[in-house]
Amino acid sequence: MKTIRMTRNRGITLGLLLIAFLILAFLPQVTSGYVITLLIDILKFAILTVAWVVFSGPSGYMSLATAAFYGLGFYIAAVFSGTFPFPVLVIMAGAVAFVVALGVGALTLRLRGVYFAIFTFALVLLVQNVVLEIERVVTETRGRFVDTVSTEGVYYAIFIVFVLTMLTAVLIRRSRYGLALQSIGEYEEAAAHSGINVVRTKVLTFAVSAIFMGMAGAVIATRRTYIDPYIAFNLNTSFLPVLMAMFGGMTNLAGPVIGAALFTYIGEILLTRFPDLYMLIFGVVLILAILFMPNGVLGLAQRVWRKIRGGRRAPA
Amino acid sequence: MNAFRDIFLTGLLLGGIFALVSVGLSLQYGVARVLNVAHGEFIMVGAFITFWMLGSINLNPLVSLVITGPAVFIMGLILHKTLFRRLMDTSPSLDVFEGKSMLASFGLLYVVQNLARIIWGSDVEGYNFLNSTVTAAQIPLNRLVALGFVIVLGVAFYLFLARTRLGKAIRASAQSPTTAELMGVNIHNVLAICFGLGLGLAGIAGSLLSTLFAIQTSIGLGYTVIAMVVVVLGGLGSITGAMIGGVILGLVSSTVTFFQPSLTMIAYYVIFIVLLLSRPKGIMGK
Amino acid sequence: MRLLEGEGLTRHFGGLAAVAGIDFHVDQGEILGLIGPNGAGKTTLFNLISAALKPTSGTISYQGSQITGLPPYKICRLGIARTFQTVKIFAHLPAVRNVIVGSLFGTGSRTSGAEALRIADEELEFVELSSLRNVPAGDLTLAAQKRLEVARALATHPTLLLLDEIMAGLTHTEVDEAMDLIARIRARGITVIMIEHVMHAIMNICDRIVVLDFGLKIAEGTPAEVAVDEKVIEVYLGEEI
Repeated sequence: MKTIRMTRNRGITLGLLLIAFLILAFLPQVTSGYVITLLIDILKFAILTVAWVVFSGPSGYMSLATAAFYGLGFYIAAVFSGTFPFPVLVIMAGAVAFVVALGVGALTLRLRGVYFAIFTFALVLLVQNVVLEIERVVTETRGRFVDTVSTEGVYYAIFIVFVLTMLTAVLIRRSRYGLALQSIGEYEEAAAHSGINVVRTKVLTFAVSAIFMGMAGAVIATRRTYIDPYIAFNLNTSFLPVLMAMFGGMTNLAGPVIGAALFTYIGEILLTRFPDLYMLIFGVVLILAILFMPNGVLGLAQRVWRKIRGGRRAPA
Repeated sequence: MNAFRDIFLTGLLLGGIFALVSVGLSLQYGVARVLNVAHGEFIMVGAFITFWMLGSINLNPLVSLVITGPAVFIMGLILHKTLFRRLMDTSPSLDVFEGKSMLASFGLLYVVQNLARIIWGSDVEGYNFLNSTVTAAQIPLNRLVALGFVIVLGVAFYLFLARTRLGKAIRASAQSPTTAELMGVNIHNVLAICFGLGLGLAGIAGSLLSTLFAIQTSIGLGYTVIAMVVVVLGGLGSITGAMIGGVILGLVSSTVTFFQPSLTMIAYYVIFIVLLLSRPKGIMGK
Repeated sequence: MRLLEGEGLTRHFGGLAAVAGIDFHVDQGEILGLIGPNGAGKTTLFNLISAALKPTSGTISYQGSQITGLPPYKICRLGIARTFQTVKIFAHLPAVRNVIVGSLFGTGSRTSGAEALRIADEELEFVELSSLRNVPAGDLTLAAQKRLEVARALATHPTLLLLDEIMAGLTHTEVDEAMDLIARIRARGITVIMIEHVMHAIMNICDRIVVLDFGLKIAEGTPAEVAVDEKVIEVYLGEEI
């Protein structure tokens, strides 16, 4: 009985996913303009948030390095803009982000707790200033120009990266790496003494999550004609995914996606009219989410749902 | 030789300011265990309150310390009693609390910065205060005054921690919260007071800084970063370490600035990252 | 046959030597007890064997080959498993998942998911926790958590098992059950080194006992020999052995 219900639930989930996939895949054929632009933004944040959750969610290592890998993607796209075709740029960005993250991870993942967080935080600022200095000395400019790609092209690129991110996230969560990361997050010492190669597990997943951050950066860079280090390596890019993940909840992968979608949409409405207010609300929501929603909106919804159902069942 | 002397003096003065900016953060982390990323925002708030009172009631910036310090201290107390206290109660372990409270302080950063922007706008502001120079070394008077205040504050703070009952309770709590609690210290009050004191020091630092540098509602994060570098340099949680770390960073800053100003920020981050990797407990740590 | 042998093992913390030049060995199939007052260096010795700590000097060899300096996960995969003085379980994972971590990663050969699950359930059965397999480990009682740690360690198919005070904080009945558990572990052919303060348990189960004090080995022998050793009596002055 239980298994039948589980298979049926699974069928429904897969069906819903397929419908969502088809809608997203064919949307540019029927509409354009605002909806597509908004979806590009939502997908971008969904990628960053899910990629962040892949590593930081189970392991408990709070990375604030997202902006570093994302910005790296920006610069790959800008530096090689015109030299290579667009898809090659995106793949290159992913590869470079992976390699850089391997190095950073090998150096830093022995830091624990807040030390790791502030390290990654400083890393973004270091990279930003180094790129700024390189540009000042070598090119004697501050920014660069990027060849643009059609909105439809960008949409499909970001959609493909999103699908790849989700597939990878699901695979990692279901694989032995998922369990290994989880046990590292629970008790790193015990994980190591139970046979888990803690260093390799952490560094590899950290680097894999960076691939998608870099790819997203390379795709989005083409949306802007001009980029500079302040745009590319913006700390908000590191904070927003954390907030979106906290807001959506991290117990399953739908949470981060919902968090990203909701928050980007709300942001879209507020940002154009009240930019200061948007960031203010951002802060308030972050604090409230930490205080009152340990499992995010999704967790909250589940709790409310259970209460309603439980209420019905409770004897009068 | 003159260049060397100038670098040294500038570095020392700057170091004093850096120390002032950092001691508060060290107190917040060392005792209250909150790595407050919004620390710099309260420096900004202190600076703007001072600027605003100078403009509206022509209050001397040095007198306004007496108002900004306590005002920001009370903000800190309230924040700890509402926000961080609750986080502490709901966190299963210290690690979890540190992570959560740091995240919450990111939220705080956005709230304070954008509230300030709504109230005070985002223009660069500033005023002239005691900026005549003294001695042959061309040291601006306001910097000397600021350094004097830093030293007085440092000594006062040291005496407070060493001599008063509350100071002793704070040191005991920093050593071992559970033991302090067993000895009859009301740990929650002590933590709230420490967090408040840390913020109050940020407010005072803001007031002093506004006499030296131009201010803007977005300056906070820059000071937070400096404070973090200094605190990591001196060892997270060590008050004396923060003082020494501040002076070291001041000297580094003036030296690098002398040769290549655009490399100053890079130098900060490189020191920070190298230190984190090699000596996470600070140069004075064991 | 010598299974594990340590020579001149030393570990300093700052200026203090927690373990100072200890020679010891354990033979295949034996149960070795490690006793001594608090701070004698017992857990440090476990940490050195399991590679949680690197020795300041000295070597450890296992099944005839050097293992000094290997990372903890390799030590585990070679067949040395351990439990912890203060339990270190994966609190939010169900009990069975805790054990699967051991069978999936710790056995030294690549185990499939289904195989890992089968082993995990076997080991839960062995420590008598099958009925609690889906309960989050953090919700278990202390005695159950200690058993869970043993199950996780056993799931790595160890040759040598290090048990660090698995009886501390347990009731009399629970201590008896733990003694029975150790006997059954030995019956499987697994060699055991155990740190314990519960003296009657140590004296009953162990084939041989090593006594540490201030990082030095002060005595070694059968329970009967150790019990009458003058140095040991001095250390445990007033305590009944």
